Amino acid sequence: MNAITESPVAATADARKAGDLLLVATALLLCVWVLLPIYLLIVNALSSPDQVTAFPKRFFPSFDLGSLSFFINFAGVARALWNSVLVATLTMILAIGFGAPAGYALSRFDFPGKGAFRFLVLMTRAFPLPLLALPLAVMFIRTGLDDTAIGLALVHTTLALPFAVLIAFSLFSGIPVELEEAAWTLGCTRWQAFRKVILPLALPGIAASAVFAFTISWNEVFAAAVLTIENRTLTAFLLQSLGESPLYLKFAGGAALVVPALIFIFAVRKYLFAMWGIANR
Amino acid sequence: MAEIAIKGVAKRFGGFTALHQVDLTISDQEFVVLLGASGCGKTTLLRIVAGLERSSQGEVWIGGRRVDHLPPRERGIAMVFQNYAVFPHLTVFENIAFGLRMKKLPQQEVERRVNRTAELMHIEQLLKRYSGQLSGGQRQRVAVARALAMEPDVILMDEPLSNLDALLRLEMRAELKGVLAASKTTTIYVTHDQVEAMSLADRIAVMHQGRIVQAASPVEVYRNPAARFVGSFIGNPPMNFIPAAKAANGSWTVAGLTLSGPKSDKPRIEFAIRPEDVDAGGEGLRATVHVIEPLGPHTLVTCDVEGGLFRAILDSNASVQVGDDLRLAPKPDRIRWFDPETTNAL
Repeated sequence: MNAITESPVAATADARKAGDLLLVATALLLCVWVLLPIYLLIVNALSSPDQVTAFPKRFFPSFDLGSLSFFINFAGVARALWNSVLVATLTMILAIGFGAPAGYALSRFDFPGKGAFRFLVLMTRAFPLPLLALPLAVMFIRTGLDDTAIGLALVHTTLALPFAVLIAFSLFSGIPVELEEAAWTLGCTRWQAFRKVILPLALPGIAASAVFAFTISWNEVFAAAVLTIENRTLTAFLLQSLGESPLYLKFAGGAALVVPALIFIFAVRKYLFAMWGIANR
Repeated sequence: MAEIAIKGVAKRFGGFTALHQVDLTISDQEFVVLLGASGCGKTTLLRIVAGLERSSQGEVWIGGRRVDHLPPRERGIAMVFQNYAVFPHLTVFENIAFGLRMKKLPQQEVERRVNRTAELMHIEQLLKRYSGQLSGGQRQRVAVARALAMEPDVILMDEPLSNLDALLRLEMRAELKGVLAASKTTTIYVTHDQVEAMSLADRIAVMHQGRIVQAASPVEVYRNPAARFVGSFIGNPPMNFIPAAKAANGSWTVAGLTLSGPKSDKPRIEFAIRPEDVDAGGEGLRATVHVIEPLGPHTLVTCDVEGGLFRAILDSNASVQVGDDLRLAPKPDRIRWFDPETTNAL
């Protein structure tokens, strides 16, 4: 009797245990997927050149800052780093500056061609950058925008803008229009209502799309390599100068690329999660 | 001091006409309820008065000032929304203070008004909370307090109680009536709930298909409906209607009964009576009983009169059986007559 009554219970317990195991295993796998490359990158960047090529690997890095300091002092790195930050920041400002109002207009107003506009915003991503890069380079040289941070930021903005517009659109659509109307009846102009009510509620989402724009620009290499010569961004600079460099310098360069992006995301992370007890829509 | 005058206001959405040339004058401190089924244009009319919607034509005057070209903030109004619209990123205190800060009132005055209205709405202990930590009823109180703190000339309410559960609605209804009467504001209140309308209003404006069918005191609207729609919409159960044929000039035959009525050239008009305005026995309308529902204070009897449905409210002591043939005598002073073509009262 006991065996009969117990077995289904045992079976469900087994199934639950297997389910838990699967969950933990999947989570672990995903963590490893994301963290292992970063780990290897950091370890190798913080090791001396001999240790980078040695086998087996040490689990903890030796905190030899030789390759990093060599890399930092490598001619042009500091400037490329500064260019990258500048271009990414400009891209972020432009993408949000244009994207947020466009998203607001899409969610709050009805205008002719609204559907077509939404479609076209997305369509801009259909043109491969290599196809556009050469004509762009010619145009930039003619207008004097070539080899400038603002010129490259404009190109990166076109890459980031569709996402900024669509994220802002869904963000503003998720905020009840009555909140805005209530603000108007309480003495606000449209702009004041936006600033005092809608913007604080949309801030987490706007921060998310800002981070997105920043990372798109930070990681972009093709346009950067084609459109800049003197004022290279870090990615373009690394592509150009590290191709032939020794392995340990490549790791140092990789770390220099990854770490600022990580720091930036870490800095705005609180806006990415729920605020004021309401979930980030 | 704010009288509201709505003059020939119409609203068209593309080919659809939501409001046809509506006229309504609301005197200072009056409580007017716009009552109607959903889609009758009552919320559109309220939003036009608030300035959240532009009218296609017509004028809106508040306190002797034409306001239909002004934005909501310059109209001297405050509004309570159906879904409360309490700002989720501000505390209850800052929600109530929001409009006062926009007016740039000194901090001392802001605090005084917030505390006074919070006390009035019994939410003093919630001032530090956020909207996410409040129940529906509490949010409703915050929304009303926020409107009252503005000390507006006019308060506009768009179905403020419809998201509350029945018991809470009853409680808030009585409270709102007291608070609004004390605040001496002019109020326009939109609802589809006739009991709410009857209990709150000084005057009910019954709306149907984009028109105000009747605007009168609750008792007047109930007793003397200006149109067939009003009689059939207000009252639960609603008014009974029976076709009447002309017998002689000024006398009409209704279900075998000859009654004196209005003088009219028409061969047929409609007789109408409220369910509670008939007495069983004596000389009356011939009725066959279908359903009997004893409700305690009285008994609801559904019968068949001349092939049509007829509801009567009788004394609970009346001994009625299903299948009985009853004689229901209408109280002569409560009989109403309607023109079947225009549906207006005769």
